[in-house]
Amino acid sequence: MNVKDSITISAVAVLAIIALGALGAIVPVLRPVFGIAIPYAAVAVFLLGVVAKVLGWGKTPVPFAIPTTCGQQKSLPWIKASYLESPWTKKGVIARMALEILCFRSLFRNTNMSMKQGPKIFYGPTLWLWIAALAFHYTFLTVFIRHFRFFLEPVPFPIKMLETLDGFLQIGLPTVMVSGFILAGAATYLLLRRLMIPTVRYISLPNDFFPLFLILSIAVTGILMRYVTKTDVVGIKELTMGLVTFRPTVPDTVGMIFFVHLFLVSTLLAYFPFSKLMHMGGVFMSPTRNLTCNTREVRHVNPWNYPVKTHDYHEYEDEFRAHMVEAGLPVEKPLED
Amino acid sequence: MADDIPNIEELSTIVHSPPKTPWMDTPTVIRKGMFCHPANPKSLDYLSMPYGRKWAPMEEDWKLPENWVEIISDGLRDRLTRFRSLRIFMDCCVRCGACADKCHFFIGTGDPKNMPVLRAELLRSVYRKDYTLAGKLLGRMVGARPLTYDVLKEWWYYFFQCSECRRCSVYCPYGIDTAEITIIGRELLNLIGLNIDWIATPAANCFRTGNHLGIQPHAFKDMIDFFCDEIEDVTGVRVNPSFNRKGAEILFVTPSGDVFADPGTYTAMGYLILFHYLESQGLDITWSTYASEGGNFGLFTSHEMMKRLNAKMYAESKRLGTKWILGGECGHMWRVIHQYMDTMNGPADHLELPKSPITGTVFQNAASTKMVHITEFTADLLRHNKLKIDKSRNDHQILSFHDSCNPSRGMGLLEEPREVIKGVCNHFFEMPEKTIREHTFCCGSGSGLNAGENMELRLRGGLPRANAFKHVHETHGVNTLATVCAIDRAALPTALDYWVPGMRVTGVHELVANALILDGENERTTDLRGEPLAGMEEEE
Repeated sequence: MNVKDSITISAVAVLAIIALGALGAIVPVLRPVFGIAIPYAAVAVFLLGVVAKVLGWGKTPVPFAIPTTCGQQKSLPWIKASYLESPWTKKGVIARMALEILCFRSLFRNTNMSMKQGPKIFYGPTLWLWIAALAFHYTFLTVFIRHFRFFLEPVPFPIKMLETLDGFLQIGLPTVMVSGFILAGAATYLLLRRLMIPTVRYISLPNDFFPLFLILSIAVTGILMRYVTKTDVVGIKELTMGLVTFRPTVPDTVGMIFFVHLFLVSTLLAYFPFSKLMHMGGVFMSPTRNLTCNTREVRHVNPWNYPVKTHDYHEYEDEFRAHMVEAGLPVEKPLED
Repeated sequence: MADDIPNIEELSTIVHSPPKTPWMDTPTVIRKGMFCHPANPKSLDYLSMPYGRKWAPMEEDWKLPENWVEIISDGLRDRLTRFRSLRIFMDCCVRCGACADKCHFFIGTGDPKNMPVLRAELLRSVYRKDYTLAGKLLGRMVGARPLTYDVLKEWWYYFFQCSECRRCSVYCPYGIDTAEITIIGRELLNLIGLNIDWIATPAANCFRTGNHLGIQPHAFKDMIDFFCDEIEDVTGVRVNPSFNRKGAEILFVTPSGDVFADPGTYTAMGYLILFHYLESQGLDITWSTYASEGGNFGLFTSHEMMKRLNAKMYAESKRLGTKWILGGECGHMWRVIHQYMDTMNGPADHLELPKSPITGTVFQNAASTKMVHITEFTADLLRHNKLKIDKSRNDHQILSFHDSCNPSRGMGLLEEPREVIKGVCNHFFEMPEKTIREHTFCCGSGSGLNAGENMELRLRGGLPRANAFKHVHETHGVNTLATVCAIDRAALPTALDYWVPGMRVTGVHELVANALILDGENERTTDLRGEPLAGMEEEE
């Protein structure tokens, strides 16, 4: 599929979702469907889907310990081993994984290859993907946590703290939450990167563009609600509290843009388990990263190890005995006659 | 053969921007010089592998078994239930492209299907079609496609253009390891007899005679005897190795490449000289003609074949009653030993915790496999001043060290060989940081691609390594590349000679032997290769 088609399909899909969300707000009978039924269904699909996927991975065995060693092994006592890149203890593995999951260690290592006539090849550092990915994921997390103020009453102190931190740029009223804008900006960078770098463009599919468009739309509708349109926050909180307390209600004052926002989020949740977004779970389970690098010191057991046909020494000697005797090599059985 | 190799100008023109057509619509053209000969049916038969037959990659008809789609589909389903790695790697790629420019074959060919992400997508696309809801419903829209004849050919072409070096895996945020995908992809292809001969025949040889080259026991002994003569010529000292000797303390296993072809043979002489030197200090070691191969072309065939070929090391150590095993300089041999052997053919309860008889050092890191890498062993000797060394005998060589893929990214063996080199040589320079240690580049011929007919592929794949070497050659006058891999010793002379003519490739223990001062030796005027030592040129 070429890039134009990929983008078109993804954009049309997201626009259709936006239109559907709007329709859900306008048509009175659909308001409970889009305000209550679909969010519930989406959360259910998300939870069941993610659990099913993770359990599916989890019950598949790891037959061999195949960690990628990105540093010096632990060997002789006077050679400094790399605790984080070739960890030999569980603790070391947890630290390696923490570095990977919290700091995107491997992306930090990224290099950029360039070739000049000659040919001469150069490998420079490149941190843009690392920076954008960190910004994207951390602001997404911040925004996600901030939204708990809609689901909790009273709003717990840590969430209020986070809001204060997030809103440190006190520009007018309402307070500008930096995270939303960084999220939109980082998503835009990731999209532009997909379009501008020829190799990345070449491997991009609709299922790369679709989630980006979806997340961008979520960010934009969120920003619009907060800063542009007059949104009935009290009504929204009534709706969200109703959802979490299982006494759902859709106040008449909740407007169209909220319905669009909610339907986009519902789509993202339902789409999540069936897409590449599952890397969120997979990153914890990658056998090249989450195993100890002490595979010569401690035996790793393969649950489906089975006996195989080998060519044992006796078969070998039977075939070559005469030659072996002649060459003065020791044999188990003497030559007959 | 040499006439077929494109000249350096042709090979230097590499375009890294992909074609206009999407990859699924860009047909794979199987091009001469970029693939290896198909497996000899006799070799497949010998290993009881299915569908051995004569077929030709350039021809339309590959003479596949009738139900090949079913065989491959069943094979994939089976492996998805047995390898978590496969399932995670099929599901989790976000196509961020961090791996794209990391593969030596992509750098050297510019072919986008050599980007690790796309190489994996060749398999992933079929997985998506059969195993994901989105793929079943939306097909090409989500990058899913059915397994067709053309897809199968594409698999064969590109899975045998991957040397399983794992460089991409270092940079992947999820640790997706293309080697793992290639290994399983090749395993699937083997189900319908699609292997290459440079893998199948060595594997069959290894099964029968103990080593890849099919060297029979008496010939193996002959070859080592020949090295003993050579050693006597250079040093004046006669070394007397033993073979298949019961009751020896240590079994020595090395890649047969070192016994067979230059410059690996000089490394083999290096082992012999070192062992002779240590004999008087209590080293009790034997070679085996049965376990006369450390390398394992099963790794390039299937997990099962790897296990079948690997079994002989433990079996032989048990038969001979040795206490532990010492392993020579080899790349993928060590990945198999380090990450697979104990799991597949252990526990090695018949062996003891390896302990150096010279220094008393206990190799705790090999407590379970009971197998020690020779650079660990020698580095320990040097540390404890157990070797009398004349470094100046290596002064005619200005060295750099090439980290081999598997020891570096599958084992973490980075400092030990450097310690040995620095202990026996005066002139050592590192190649640029992003091309060594875990960032190291493949020689371009690993994983069974070291044939003659795919020379263009090999030279292209070897370009990144050669380029980094050329850099230190130009800045520091480096003229020798040391390495701890037999495939490197076989492949790099060709690749370097093409891109940086006149350079030499050496094993680390060849350097050790050059520098080692033996009791009763003659004054040395040449190195093991018969080349004059620094300052001895006039006498020649």
